[in-house]
Amino acid sequence: MVDGLLLSPLLLSRIQFGFVISCHILFPAFTIGLASWLAFIEWRWLRTRDALWRDLYFFWVKIFAVSFGMGVVSGIVMSFQFGTNWSVLSERAGNILGPLLSYEVLTAFFLEATFLGVMLFGWRKVSHGLHFFATCMVAIGTLISTFWIISANSWMQTPAGYRIVNGIFEPDSWWAIVFNPSFPYRLTHMVLAAFITTCFVIGGISAWYLRRGVHVEAGRRMLLHAVAFAAIAVPLQIFVGDLHGLNVREHQPVKLAAMEGHWHDDAPGAGTPLVLFAWPNEQAERNDYELAVPRLGSVILTHSWNGAIQPLSAVPRSERPPVKPVFFAFRVMVGLGMAMLLLALGSLWAWRRGTLFTSRWLLRGWTWMLPSGFVALLAGWYVNEIGRQPYVVYGLLRTADAVTPTLAVGSVLTSLVVFVFVYVTVFGAGIWYLLKMFRKGPLREETPPEREHGEKTPARPLSAGDDVVGHGAVGHAAAEQGP
Amino acid sequence: MTLATVLPVIWFGVIGFGVLMYVLLDGFVLGLGILAPFAEDEHQLDHMMNTAAPIWDGNETWLVLGGAGLMAAFPKAYAVVLSALYLPVLLMLIALIFRGVAFEFRFKATRARKAWGAAFALGSMFAAFAQGVILGALVEGMPLNGGKYLHGAFGWFSPFSMLTGVAVVFGYALLGSTWLILKTESRMQSVARNLTRPLVLVVVAFMGLVSAWLPFLDSRIMARWFEGGHFWWLAPVPVLALANAFLLWRAVMREDRDAAPFVLTLCFFALGFAGLVLGIWPNIVPPSLSIWDAASPPSSQGFVLAGLVVLLPAILGYTYWSYSVFRGKVAADAGYH
Repeated sequence: MVDGLLLSPLLLSRIQFGFVISCHILFPAFTIGLASWLAFIEWRWLRTRDALWRDLYFFWVKIFAVSFGMGVVSGIVMSFQFGTNWSVLSERAGNILGPLLSYEVLTAFFLEATFLGVMLFGWRKVSHGLHFFATCMVAIGTLISTFWIISANSWMQTPAGYRIVNGIFEPDSWWAIVFNPSFPYRLTHMVLAAFITTCFVIGGISAWYLRRGVHVEAGRRMLLHAVAFAAIAVPLQIFVGDLHGLNVREHQPVKLAAMEGHWHDDAPGAGTPLVLFAWPNEQAERNDYELAVPRLGSVILTHSWNGAIQPLSAVPRSERPPVKPVFFAFRVMVGLGMAMLLLALGSLWAWRRGTLFTSRWLLRGWTWMLPSGFVALLAGWYVNEIGRQPYVVYGLLRTADAVTPTLAVGSVLTSLVVFVFVYVTVFGAGIWYLLKMFRKGPLREETPPEREHGEKTPARPLSAGDDVVGHGAVGHAAAEQGP
Repeated sequence: MTLATVLPVIWFGVIGFGVLMYVLLDGFVLGLGILAPFAEDEHQLDHMMNTAAPIWDGNETWLVLGGAGLMAAFPKAYAVVLSALYLPVLLMLIALIFRGVAFEFRFKATRARKAWGAAFALGSMFAAFAQGVILGALVEGMPLNGGKYLHGAFGWFSPFSMLTGVAVVFGYALLGSTWLILKTESRMQSVARNLTRPLVLVVVAFMGLVSAWLPFLDSRIMARWFEGGHFWWLAPVPVLALANAFLLWRAVMREDRDAAPFVLTLCFFALGFAGLVLGIWPNIVPPSLSIWDAASPPSSQGFVLAGLVVLLPAILGYTYWSYSVFRGKVAADAGYH
């Protein structure tokens, strides 16, 4: 039986979906924040005409182009995956998910893709104002895209505004569908997560430059912005996360119980403890090696001293998600969030004292925390997606019933192997090129590109120094002695 | 006439339009990749890619619209077609990944530059071939029972789908070569002109071969062409296609026509596409799943259509604008990257 399950099209399809979406989500998570950062930088340059802002724009726009390209190609896979591997989901919920995804394409994807061309190649072709407009359109496009895709995901988590006719979901109220009960929380949480992810990349790269003593001016400016942003966004994210948690308690209590490792009802009046660490034992329905703070769970989850949450044992095993991955992923996310908060507040304090740029510990902290946003975001995504199992449309359609019934094991095994091989190769190479660009850093443009008049070159001036990859330090040092 | 009758017809047109836009716009970009092996050196390949670099991403988005639109308007067709064509769809997606990232990676790479050039060429070629196979398998028909596809994982494999696969590769190559005639000058343009002439003959031959084969397919999608006097009012399509082929040939034989070959190739594709769509009608998945069987309810189709009425003109508007920003010839020493 176990052998049969191991190679079932269902399990392979789940692994494949988890793999391709995990790879995909990293790129949009980064580019959502990066697009807004670019709009900010370009706005600063237009206002101040400070050449450093322009150098930073050209630096980050190259990073953006490569990341966005990888997001696009891995995203196209997603839009076909529902049909190839999850045809029953498509057939039953397509009436609702299809329109949401269509609106994403119509309001966001075209906007992003078209204005991206002008953003990357149009510097000499259009006025500065129009170029800035293109950057803003790309930034807005990424946010609109988030709006629709998170709406679709939230609807699957907390379905609303539908009726079921012959097993098929039909829309009843689009307002109720789009703005389903968990959508506002999930959208805010996701957008903030994306911005924070980008913020820690910017801060991490800056700190790395400062530690090496290269691109000092650029590094200082970017680090200050990262610190300021993190000091606002991280506490806000913790607040929003708490609200989201309350929403999960209301609509997906089983998921919350798995996140908390909460197996049984508490003794009356004892309140729910907060489990800091444990090894959830799904056979025995208890936590081993538990370390918990009494009543803190009640305080955080119900905002009261005695409040109770529904335990896992309230539902049969067949209705529970796998507890361990949800439990641990949640701790990874929260732990990283706390580390981010500590770093942001510590940096703010050092900034006030004027020691931010000289504190080796803080600079090292920022460098180490560079990937923290990605890890926290993936961990949160796993909590969200594994926590809703065994359902794909929560409470209504089981994942096991959503898979393509005619799928051959050979087909899905082939596709899984191919996806893993191709993603590792292609995105591995992409990340390598990103690292090369980071190493080179922002360079001063020798001849500031100006708008052409009548010339017919689509030149993108951004890449002027591409052939000197690896000589970033020298290049920038030389450039800084320039104008 | 109820909404449930009319909306699927409108959506059939919308999906058809989206797919045609994709075929035309990404067709010429994929064509550039298919022709990449004919570039005389790396600089010429740079030049070819630079003609499309600012706009390829928007072009590819029409494919995503086709996928999402099909799911929204005809979820049954989306579910059946994609799951039945699992392997060709996989091939297309993987090929598009390599083609897409090659646009960015090739200019960032130093040692792997040639490899990403090859990824661009092979990715384009296989994406085109897979799309042709998908088209062929769809036209040939997908027998269903109780909404489930009857043939197995290789049901799409047939002489006809292989023919359409190869035909689309050559068709896209022609779109690519005529695009290069439009967008380049001197050496690059003459390379493109030399490639275009044999391509016109090959593509017209493929079009004839596919058309001749259609009446003999089990799906009988072309039955409509020869039944009940339909042939006479449908006749303008093949007549126009023939005239179009003749004009195209004349245009490519001259050295002073830069835009005409591309425009005429676009028209030739549009006519061929119209012929197939008219043949498939009123099915969305021949031979038996009609647009009304597969349609989502009016509340779904109407919801997206309401937005589409405003958004599609806007999309076409700013797409036109972005093409006009990058209009004109692209110089060989464009100095990009």
